[in-house]
Amino acid sequence: MTEALLETEAAPETGALLDIADLTLRVPGAARPLLDSVSLSVAPGEVVALVGESGSGKSTTAKAALGLFPPGSTASGSVRFDGTEVLGLTGERLRAHRARSVALIHQDPRAALNPVRRVGDFLVERGATRSSAVELLASVGLPDPERRVRQRPHELSGGMLQRVVIAGALAARPRLLLADEATSALDVTTQADILALLRGLRAEHGLGLLFITHDLHLAAAYCDRVYVMYAGRVVESRTAKALFTTPAHPYTRGLLSCSPTLDTHTPLHPIPGRPPSLTDTFTGCPFTTRCDQAQPTCETWHPEPVRLPDGGTAACVAVTAVGSRAAGRHGWAQPQADGTVKNGATHE
Amino acid sequence: MPLRLLRRLTGVLATLLAASFVIFAAVYAAPGDPAVFLAGGRDKLTPERLAQVRAEYHLDEPLFVQYGRWLWDCLHLDLGRSFKYSDQVADLVAARFPTTLQLVLYATVLFVVLGVGAGVLAAVKRSTWVDSAVVGATTLAASVPSFVAAIALVSLFGVRLGWFPVTGGGSGFLDTVRHLTLPALSLALGALAIVSRVTRQAMADAAASDHVEAARASGVPERDIVRRHVLRNALGPIVTMCGLVMAGMLAGTVVVETAFGLSGIGSLLVGAINTHDFPVAQAVLLLMVTGYIVVTTLVDAVHPLLDPRVKGAAG
Amino acid sequence: MTAIAPPLVPSVRGRRPIGVVLAGTVLALVVIAAVCAPLLAPYAPDTIDLSSSLVGTGRDHLLGTDSSGQDLLSRALYGARSSLIAPLALLAVAAVLGVTLGVLAAWRGGWVDALVSRLTDVMYAFPGLLFTVLIIAVFGAGMTTSVLALGLAFTPTIAKYTRSLALSEARKPYVDAYRVQGMGGLRICARHVVPNLARAVLGYLVVLFGEALMSLATLSYLGFGAQPPSSDWGLMVQEGQAAIVQGAMLPALVPGTAIALVVVCFNVVGVRAADRLGRQ
Repeated sequence: MTEALLETEAAPETGALLDIADLTLRVPGAARPLLDSVSLSVAPGEVVALVGESGSGKSTTAKAALGLFPPGSTASGSVRFDGTEVLGLTGERLRAHRARSVALIHQDPRAALNPVRRVGDFLVERGATRSSAVELLASVGLPDPERRVRQRPHELSGGMLQRVVIAGALAARPRLLLADEATSALDVTTQADILALLRGLRAEHGLGLLFITHDLHLAAAYCDRVYVMYAGRVVESRTAKALFTTPAHPYTRGLLSCSPTLDTHTPLHPIPGRPPSLTDTFTGCPFTTRCDQAQPTCETWHPEPVRLPDGGTAACVAVTAVGSRAAGRHGWAQPQADGTVKNGATHE
Repeated sequence: MPLRLLRRLTGVLATLLAASFVIFAAVYAAPGDPAVFLAGGRDKLTPERLAQVRAEYHLDEPLFVQYGRWLWDCLHLDLGRSFKYSDQVADLVAARFPTTLQLVLYATVLFVVLGVGAGVLAAVKRSTWVDSAVVGATTLAASVPSFVAAIALVSLFGVRLGWFPVTGGGSGFLDTVRHLTLPALSLALGALAIVSRVTRQAMADAAASDHVEAARASGVPERDIVRRHVLRNALGPIVTMCGLVMAGMLAGTVVVETAFGLSGIGSLLVGAINTHDFPVAQAVLLLMVTGYIVVTTLVDAVHPLLDPRVKGAAG
Repeated sequence: MTAIAPPLVPSVRGRRPIGVVLAGTVLALVVIAAVCAPLLAPYAPDTIDLSSSLVGTGRDHLLGTDSSGQDLLSRALYGARSSLIAPLALLAVAAVLGVTLGVLAAWRGGWVDALVSRLTDVMYAFPGLLFTVLIIAVFGAGMTTSVLALGLAFTPTIAKYTRSLALSEARKPYVDAYRVQGMGGLRICARHVVPNLARAVLGYLVVLFGEALMSLATLSYLGFGAQPPSSDWGLMVQEGQAAIVQGAMLPALVPGTAIALVVVCFNVVGVRAADRLGRQ
């Protein structure tokens, strides 16, 4: 894969905080890699979304930024944080990286906190002092912070706990926040509060934010750029606006049209089939079996990110074929009926 | 909370009453005249003795009345008179109880330190040779009855190496410790195996929690993760098991005290049974059962202190 | 798309671990030794020869002799018989009582269930061997009393286990089907429920065997179980203990090692057997 393909307009190669390039992750016993040639970057102050169904590898990708991999797995490619190769870190340096540079906001706050320890202990463990712990809790909008630090997780509500977890993530003053479905378990009003809070913190501290969600609408509305993952691969990477208006990959279009919206009266189109499991292997594009626009070549075409005119990428054979023409016309890349494809042109 | 405590206490009292009744009424299940039995068999029986026993146990009254009387006396530490020693049973037991208590406490220190230590080691070094060695050693330890452990320890450390005395209780602190080391080890061996397994499993369960991974992802030092998250959260099952095992040890002294010729309540019980000294046997059994129930109840009461969720759920 | 079953979790079945094979072999040898004791033993187990008291290992006595000059190897071989059969008998007693009570409690529920569980509670209030010791205190020492008393002491454990199994078994549709056909509760239990539980209970008994053997040996050691001139291992340890201080370890160590060896092997094999029998 060439470097040019990794570049996108919003995150120039040089300034990236997190730069994952061609990351492939294999676990013993799985028929296919957990992650396959994933490339992704987050710049300082940028909000980037990582979207996909469960099992698509989005959490795994985010955890790779922490040097956290499933047991027994082997990784190739590179994960750079501010120029430092994370894959090469071990022992104390890896621990320091996790403690200071990147912080993960866990999906389920109740599971992320040790139930038998106090909220204050949780914050202190992550680099706060006893007094700064109270300030941190106040800064994430938790009322009565002096009392909260002495409480235990079971005494707090889910939304409060999520704020505690965010405070814990901020305790060590990291430069990149990974929010793994950080708002999915919360009710709508709390969700909005937390989202606003995260955006505010990003602006305040100049943090990079990698926002992992299965909700493409939320991602497009909330983030600067969006990566869409499917079966361990990045299938599309666009600016939020471009993705929402002119999705290039059939999977992205499927995701957009299978969630209900208020303003349109278009019927819902669920994506047929189910997400592939780790036991499924592919000879060509993994999405073929569920794709309504699949063509014979899809069975054998090895997916590669194809550069779109607007700077984004999409890994679809149809995009390869029509390229700039489709993007120029409607932005909707339509598959060629006759199936003329420059097969493998981008990677061989 | 008070209601739950009350219910719990009532249950414990009911069990204690039932168990004491079983101990008392066992005599009546024996074939033949309870008076003959209580007098220690037919061999040395004189009519005076028989009359004395009948009077002492009020054998002409209904069973429940006798039981009530016996229980009332027991509560006033009047446990009757030994046939063999013709002493007050309470005095006999009181004289021997300290040795048993020392033995149990010493064994408890040993099995808690070594058992929990081995379990933690195995859990931290999971799936390495250390883990396999601990699991193998504890499987072996759990399969050796305490009297076999006793003779093996005596053979090696007592006779062959001469490090420890092979019999007797000793006087003074250091001498007592020296005398009780091998007995305590024999008593602790099986307990050590159970506790190390429970520790290993509880820590493995605790280590699989999401918050441990979250702590690891936040760069919390591994030492702190093991201490403050894994071990701390595994403490509930570990403490419970240690308490239960310690409570059960009171019964284990029967074997170990016999093996080492220690004069505690365990060997007293064996002697009492062999000489048909039933008042002594009843008293020791009652004491051991009461001790066991009290300790297990205390362990149960401690559990909410270790896990605030339990307290929260109950309140 | 090809689907391949992933061996993500190492299979528990399949290859037997070396330890299990080893333990099984040892147990088989012990059983053969017990059965063929008259053929294998160089002496009768009760041949007293005071002139060769406490002889060490040698050509005449492979494992030496005890203080009465009895050949230890011969005694250990004969002792294997009572040491293995007695736990079996004990478990048989406990299984009959335990399964009956457990199924009864699960089937009838209500006050029967409550009564069984209260009885169980009271027996559990006696730690370790104390319940057995109480019975022996009343009925006197001896192997039969020990086996019956321990059988009674093991009953609550088996009853509790059976009750939990029987509860889920009794909810199965076939039970209702037989009931609708007019079959009586006793018949359904005896013909269907109990046989269906048999495998799991058997697996549980295998696990309990080591414990049963240890308990009986302990009683014999205390003088409550086997009585002289039996060659029961527990009794042999007791008889041999006095010689230890004289420097003769073998009389106590030979039977002691035999006990430990058999129990270890049973525990190793038992866990696996229970696993396989418990899985239907």
